[in-house]
Amino acid sequence: MKSQQPFTSAKSYVPPHSPFDPCPPIGRKYYSTPPNLYLGFQPSDLPQFSPADALRKGTLWKVFYDYYDNPYRKGAGKSRD
Amino acid sequence: MWTYEKKLQYPVKVSTCNPTLAKYLMEQYGGADGELAAALRYMNQRYTIPGKVIGLLNDIATEEFAHLEMIATMIYKLTKDATPQQLRDAGLAEHYVSHDSALFYNNAAGVPFTAAYIQAKGDPIADLYEDIAAEEKARATYQWIIDMSDDPDLNDSLRFLREREVVHSQRFREAVEILKDERDQKKVF
Repeated sequence: MKSQQPFTSAKSYVPPHSPFDPCPPIGRKYYSTPPNLYLGFQPSDLPQFSPADALRKGTLWKVFYDYYDNPYRKGAGKSRD
Repeated sequence: MWTYEKKLQYPVKVSTCNPTLAKYLMEQYGGADGELAAALRYMNQRYTIPGKVIGLLNDIATEEFAHLEMIATMIYKLTKDATPQQLRDAGLAEHYVSHDSALFYNNAAGVPFTAAYIQAKGDPIADLYEDIAAEEKARATYQWIIDMSDDPDLNDSLRFLREREVVHSQRFREAVEILKDERDQKKVF
């Protein structure tokens, strides 16, 4: 479902690093850009989760569901469902 | 007036004894971008906002109290059986000497809650923009707590709360659209 959307819900950038910085570079920094940034006023007739799923996920609307996991952990970013 | 349902909005399960996580969670309990600040902010702003969006602030403020109750449950479960030594190891010695294992509205650094965390400017756009910012800051705080936590069951509840911040931000953004809407104006071009 996520791939059909015209936006991605996370972005990343590489902060500058100098040879004199004390810590090894973190590499990429990540930040969320969740769906509420893109939709404006919610359009009609959007697909919904089943009531049971909606109660678990925290939203009735599939378009607003945005799974988050620690992006700095190995193997992160995979939704459990 | 409210009616109380004697259950949490979403189940809270904690699988590891880790009082340090309780310290982090206090950021969402008594912190500047926490659930208490959110609830009090919207509950108070709703009196002086156009009627079309009073109900939204009322509903979201009410839900924030349900989130506050979930955070309280998490902190309670993580600290209720901790010895003074375990609390000291978790960085909660200062909390213990003042409060034992009682909950208190402090942030993660032990700073007590203050009304200076919130605002009511009386300008509907200014207030709603603050509310949108508050939701995004709370969302980010949940992300940083999830990043620090290795407890899969706790993270499951935190992901639910983060998702609610996303939805609340969406609804506040829609409230701005309602208030700035010009469809009812007669325009001659």
